[in-house]
Amino acid sequence: MNVRAQVSMVFHLDKCIGCHTCSLACKNLWTDRAGTEYMWWNNVETKPGTGYPTLYEDQEEYCGGWELKEGKLSLKLGSRPTELINISFNPRLPSLDDYYEPWTYRYNDLINAPLGDDQPVARPVSMITGKEMDIEAGPNWDDDLGGSSIYAANDPNLKALTEEQRQQFFALQHLVYFYLPRICNHCLNPSCVAACPTGAIYKRGEDGIVLVSQDKCQGWRMCVSGCPYKKVYFNWSTGKAEKCILCYPRLETGQAPACFHSCPGRIRYLGVLLYDAGRIEKAASRPDKELVEAQREIILDPFDREVIQAAKHNGIDDKVIESAQKSPVHKYVKDWRLALPYHPEWRTLPMLFYVPPLLPVTASLNSGNYELAADFFSSLESARLPIQYMARLFSAGDEEKVIAVYRKLMALRIYKRAETVGDVAQEKVEEALQGAQTTPQELEDIYYLSAIAPVEERYVIPPMLREVAIEMTGDTHAFQEERGAGFVQLPTRGW
Amino acid sequence: MSWIKDIINPQVRQWEEFYRNRWQHDKVVRSTHGVNCTGGCSWMIYVKNGIVTWEMQALDYPKLESSLPLYEPRGCQRGIVYSWYIYSPIRIKYPYVRGVLLDLWQEARNRYHDPVAAWASIVENEERRQTYQSARGKGGFRRAGWQECMEIVAASLLYTTKKYGPDRIVGFSPIPAMSMLSYAAGSRFLELLGGVMLSFYDLYADFPPASPETWGEKTDVAESADWFNSKYIVTEGSNLSMTRTPDVHFVAEARSHGAKLVVLSPDFSQVSKFADWWIPVNAGMDAALWMAVNHVILKEFHTDRQIPYFSDYLKRYSDAPFLVELEKTDDGYRPGRLLRASRLARYDAVENAEWKVMVFDQSGAPRMPQGSIGFRWQDKKGQWNLEMKDGLDGSAIGPQLSLLGGHESTLPIRFLDFGTDRTVGRSVPVRLVETVSGPVPVTTVFDLLLAQFGVPRGLPGEYPASYEDETVPYTPAWQEKFTGVGRNTVVQLAREFATTAEKTRGKCTIIVGSGINHWYHSNLNYRSGITTLILCGCVGVNGGGLNHYTGQEKLAPAASWSTLAMALDWTAPPRLMNGPSFHYVHSDQWRYEKGFPDYRPPDGPFARDHVMELQAAAVRMGWLPFYPQFNRNPINLISEAEQAGAKSDDEIKRWLVDQLRTGRVRFAVEDPDSSENWPRVWIIWRGNAIHASAKGHEYFLRHYLGTHDNAIAPEVANGSLEDVVWRDVAPQGKMDLVVDLNFRMDTSALYSDIVLPSASWYEKDDLNTTDLHSYIHPLGAAVPPCWESKTDWDIFRTLAEKVSEMAKVHFPHPFRELVATPLLHDTRDEIAQPEVRDWTRGECEPVPGVTMPHLHVVERDYVNLFHRFNSLGPRLKEEGVEDRGIHIPVSDLYDEFAKSVSSYEWGGNKYPSLVDPVAAANAVLYFAPETNGEVAYRGFRAREKEVGLPLADLAEGSRDVRYDFLSITQQPKRLLTSPCWSGVTNNGRAYSPYIQNVERLIPWRTLTGRQHFYLDHEAYSAFGESLPTFKPRISLEASGNLVRSTSTNKSLTLACITPHGKWHMHTTYYDDLRMLTLSRGIEPFWLNDRDAGEIGIFDNDWIEAYNDNGVIVTRAVVSARIPRGLCIFYHAPERTIAFPKSPTRGNKRGGGTNSVTRLRLKPVLMAGAYAQHSYRFNDYGPAASDRDTYVIVHKLEGKPQWD
Repeated sequence: MNVRAQVSMVFHLDKCIGCHTCSLACKNLWTDRAGTEYMWWNNVETKPGTGYPTLYEDQEEYCGGWELKEGKLSLKLGSRPTELINISFNPRLPSLDDYYEPWTYRYNDLINAPLGDDQPVARPVSMITGKEMDIEAGPNWDDDLGGSSIYAANDPNLKALTEEQRQQFFALQHLVYFYLPRICNHCLNPSCVAACPTGAIYKRGEDGIVLVSQDKCQGWRMCVSGCPYKKVYFNWSTGKAEKCILCYPRLETGQAPACFHSCPGRIRYLGVLLYDAGRIEKAASRPDKELVEAQREIILDPFDREVIQAAKHNGIDDKVIESAQKSPVHKYVKDWRLALPYHPEWRTLPMLFYVPPLLPVTASLNSGNYELAADFFSSLESARLPIQYMARLFSAGDEEKVIAVYRKLMALRIYKRAETVGDVAQEKVEEALQGAQTTPQELEDIYYLSAIAPVEERYVIPPMLREVAIEMTGDTHAFQEERGAGFVQLPTRGW
Repeated sequence: MSWIKDIINPQVRQWEEFYRNRWQHDKVVRSTHGVNCTGGCSWMIYVKNGIVTWEMQALDYPKLESSLPLYEPRGCQRGIVYSWYIYSPIRIKYPYVRGVLLDLWQEARNRYHDPVAAWASIVENEERRQTYQSARGKGGFRRAGWQECMEIVAASLLYTTKKYGPDRIVGFSPIPAMSMLSYAAGSRFLELLGGVMLSFYDLYADFPPASPETWGEKTDVAESADWFNSKYIVTEGSNLSMTRTPDVHFVAEARSHGAKLVVLSPDFSQVSKFADWWIPVNAGMDAALWMAVNHVILKEFHTDRQIPYFSDYLKRYSDAPFLVELEKTDDGYRPGRLLRASRLARYDAVENAEWKVMVFDQSGAPRMPQGSIGFRWQDKKGQWNLEMKDGLDGSAIGPQLSLLGGHESTLPIRFLDFGTDRTVGRSVPVRLVETVSGPVPVTTVFDLLLAQFGVPRGLPGEYPASYEDETVPYTPAWQEKFTGVGRNTVVQLAREFATTAEKTRGKCTIIVGSGINHWYHSNLNYRSGITTLILCGCVGVNGGGLNHYTGQEKLAPAASWSTLAMALDWTAPPRLMNGPSFHYVHSDQWRYEKGFPDYRPPDGPFARDHVMELQAAAVRMGWLPFYPQFNRNPINLISEAEQAGAKSDDEIKRWLVDQLRTGRVRFAVEDPDSSENWPRVWIIWRGNAIHASAKGHEYFLRHYLGTHDNAIAPEVANGSLEDVVWRDVAPQGKMDLVVDLNFRMDTSALYSDIVLPSASWYEKDDLNTTDLHSYIHPLGAAVPPCWESKTDWDIFRTLAEKVSEMAKVHFPHPFRELVATPLLHDTRDEIAQPEVRDWTRGECEPVPGVTMPHLHVVERDYVNLFHRFNSLGPRLKEEGVEDRGIHIPVSDLYDEFAKSVSSYEWGGNKYPSLVDPVAAANAVLYFAPETNGEVAYRGFRAREKEVGLPLADLAEGSRDVRYDFLSITQQPKRLLTSPCWSGVTNNGRAYSPYIQNVERLIPWRTLTGRQHFYLDHEAYSAFGESLPTFKPRISLEASGNLVRSTSTNKSLTLACITPHGKWHMHTTYYDDLRMLTLSRGIEPFWLNDRDAGEIGIFDNDWIEAYNDNGVIVTRAVVSARIPRGLCIFYHAPERTIAFPKSPTRGNKRGGGTNSVTRLRLKPVLMAGAYAQHSYRFNDYGPAASDRDTYVIVHKLEGKPQWD
């Protein structure tokens, strides 16, 4: 058992508003620089939809992630020899059109326009060329467009559905959309790392954060192709790849990543998972439908004496182990099995997990009038998106995994309704509990964490022991006193 | 295979400092955004190297009850990009004047030593005036100095005051709660000057008239945490995800707590995603659905079966048991006035008998319960409460809800079904009451309700046989044709709602917003749902009630704030005017309106051909304010009166009444286009008065500004007018000067003459509160005002100083002028007019403050205006503070406060200084019951006297609490339970409205003292709105939107709605690059996919949308989530960003949201001087509805043209 610690994440999609505050918190902090304008390390997608960059989920096109060849795991992009041949020509890269051409406006014209015969206006101009431009695409172009025949209709995941089911999305009775916020998954089996020819990308030992060394990156962009989530970007100004850093400067100071902190939907959870690094390859090599379970299996019980022993053996500090024991992510992923990985079939073992959303009940038309299914609450059976679709996103097509989640989410509501209103028969409650294989105590715990828990219980940040890290470069006391604990350009003696 | 690399060599990871360095910062300061979103989120602002870098939400709101989720974080996608603005290229860094005007000014200044004379030489010369007016909005700004700008503005103010009077000077700034002192800066200045403040809440049509109609309260709602207490949540016209972004998590969390969420919305809106049920009710037709819901609830939960909780609630807290006189008509009977004590021999001698109303007790005798409005204003205090006791002898009353069973007869009543435009006859149970004028048939409000809603009880008349009856109102089957929602869904909704309320004792809520409120019939849209809530005992219950969130942004410490803001510490009364009437009249939109034939009662005082006539009558009768007041300078009126021999103030007023009676002086509203009646100077700050707030924007451009516009509507009012003068040529460019204080070049700034750079929200200290949570917290100066900008407080102080300096020549001595004000709510005025009598028609005597406006002689002191601004005046000490009729003495607190703060000395006296805005903030906090426990305690003591029941215990525990500015900077502070509000926040309890009324038996401020289903004012009877009813949205034909606009076979005519958008809050943030990037670089038009397909429009195509009012040119977004026949243009993008020209309208720049609107006033909402139908600034009056709008949409020909 090779126990490692990873700072992991859960996004509770049932609570997501689609407000994009997370995206903007990130943009403010990290990607407001020349060369990064088009990057959204955190973005929020409308589902069904085509995403950002457009159709990134289509791995037939992009060849991101891993595939099983004769039972062996290999990069879908191709093995290393091919890679080197292709190194100067990489057809699997999204172009600027697949992202968007970043723009601004000639705002100054509003203040400086000379007197004319009509009202001045600020025209859009390209941030790349500086020239006037027609805006044809953006990083969130299909926002709220569940009913779009261009965007929603071309969601690659809809392939899981019948033609009839697909058509239904464009009728009031079935129309629906929901939101999917995305950041780097800080995978256990990251294909970006594997694809990098220069070894510039590494997964930090202490927290599992995947980083691109800005010293070592040579701009080959194989990571951009290799990541099936398209969460590594190329900075055209520095010529280096950049990606979500999980706000390690904030984590290192005990603060949640900016996108977490800023989430007004309170949908996010963060905490340490202990896992067995020795079983990664095996887990990632299982058949599609076993992938969710395989990933769950390598996540270890932080209360298990053996696990603790092995963790200590690997140098994991007691405080980190304690943090893992309080981890809300562990509860969602492992204890309650409510949170699922996004596209596990890409086999990167993503360490960001999603609780799928409940959706409104379907309706029918009765002499032209809209009638709802009689369900009191939204339900699995009458939800507006077929379960196949959710399974396509969150369980490599294994519908049972998703159904189990929904049974539990519904059981929670029925159980709480019975408790707080009393208009649900006891046998209905029992039936819901049994169907979801849950208990009142478990539901109370789920309720507490999903509704009540304060910020310090939603984000359980392990101590990062910076002093230990700094000590590797020299004396910490000297670091503090001489350098003022900052990246300081000291004047050099000029004579 | 393991990708974990324990890189031991620290040098290899040295580069990680790169991102660490980016994150590092020097300072963090608490502030918020003074934006009209009702968010009131506390933010932490990060400063690095003296530059604001970014912002993150504060997480430290004090906790509420432990069973509730927390308020963290609060803040949305818009707020988090605010820092972009500060250093952006759209930031206004210096004062600007349009070059044309500046040239004229500098030339005039060379010729005239006196700036006032220089200003006169410009505005009195038609050619010069036109030169700079026609240049408005067309660029050509020039940087100017602060002093020069102040001199121009001060000159225009003094010139206007001298020539026309100070009531020709108007100020507009919305939503004081979002930055209270910044608002107060301008209003304090203007009120000291004698200028006019315009309201915003009703102008935005955010104000829900149904709230005063029902509760006598402008708006009082639960904080968002209270949604979590709800077990059945219906949202209607309120897209919580979009507009209540920081709060919507409480709904998501309530769902996991067992609540059901039902969303009524014509489109699959963002909040629909959370819904259990999404019900796509046809836009503007929601009331029909609720009428049917009420039909079901009244039948199943009040008739077939009776729920003790529901009936007890109705008896105690609603007007349901009160008696209504039935009046004979030609073809039956109609419900008349509530039976008054004055009609009965037993009670007619009691004080205010005309204003006390009756119920039947169990024996069938008419009795006079305490609590009606007559008890509020009687000399004997202590009977104004909701105890069911007889006001005469104190005996207990068990009121009867229905007369059925004990009735003597039934009488047929004609009910109007406005949906199908027909009359329905239904009988009600009746008993005769012996009145002083003989026997009169009466029934109860409850019996009338059952008849109105068509609940069959075996009585004669056209009652439906079942829910399936499609022809008879208001069955579930009947409503289908209006709403498009099936009957079974409606029945199930009604049953679930009422059952939940029954099980939880009222924990059901309807969350409403502008989506159903901006309609012409907004009051009816609301009343139908309010009826449901009251029938189910949901109001005044945590987790229940009507929660309306839009536009008001609760200013919690209103009592002390209004003293400062309206300069009541120096002078009273202020000039406060309802914005809708102001703009309807002065921007001449009335000229483009015909009378509404559908909306004109056949006879009686309201049978006029044009709304303008009713508007003028409402002013003459003292129902609504209006400025300018008269066709004379109010300063000159004093001297004229004195010349005519008037000695005292009373004689001056008598003289004026006589002049008005004989027509020698006229109300300005009767001849608004005559040049002496125009508003002349307009100061705008903290708002977008010429665009987002300009319903009928193109008419503003034409008639206020005198610049070009895109309206082509015909003028059609002539011929419908009687009292109001028609001038054949409508004036263009009424405003001599428009001044805008702004931090960004928005549309209003672009069209103004002078733009003054104001400090933005991270550059000033100020106060902020909201409805959505119960904390008070600050705006804080993270950096000083950038470039040459100043805080609003300092800008108006600078202007005041200039005015005082120049007044030494022009107004060297204090002088008097005449101020007219309307009859007000929460004063004795609200029992002034038991009947509608028009003195101008000889129906009564003109008596100021009774049958016509109050008249006041007020002294102004311009030379000392600056000193007054800077000091907290003695009137506060003498008069105390007041809100909602509660007067709180603060004399000793004033002295205490004066000792503890720095003072400002002038005229030989020392006063607490207000020079620094923090000092002003501390004054607000010190004298408000919400932030000073002692003031709250005194307020409750005062209220105890009126109510006669113990209340002060509510404040006892927090009597020693004093918040000051420093303390709220350290952490947001929870507002104290206040006698000026109706919730209880003690012990972490979530604020919910009317808790004090329900639990402590304080009456609502209404006629009966209870919640009103029935409105017996003559106007309501005349317009058929006495009972909750349904009126469809205004039809295309009646709208008059498309008289001259032509359609083609490649165009579609669509209803156009303008809900609040995702990427901006009104216009704020719209021009922020981050928001434009996450949207489509422009605010697009949303169309249904099949509609778009019919006229060949594809996603992202350029389109034109136009009607007679104006034109919008933008791109299309095509989606099935929009219903057919409807388009959505999210409110309200700046027309300054990326909007091209319109080939359809002469190749001029296309406009924004309000380019296709024209505001309408609903006359029934003008009723005044009658209990809850009494004026209060921002709290009452006709709203400026704009949602009943239609446009033609077609694909833009060719490429968009820009220049």
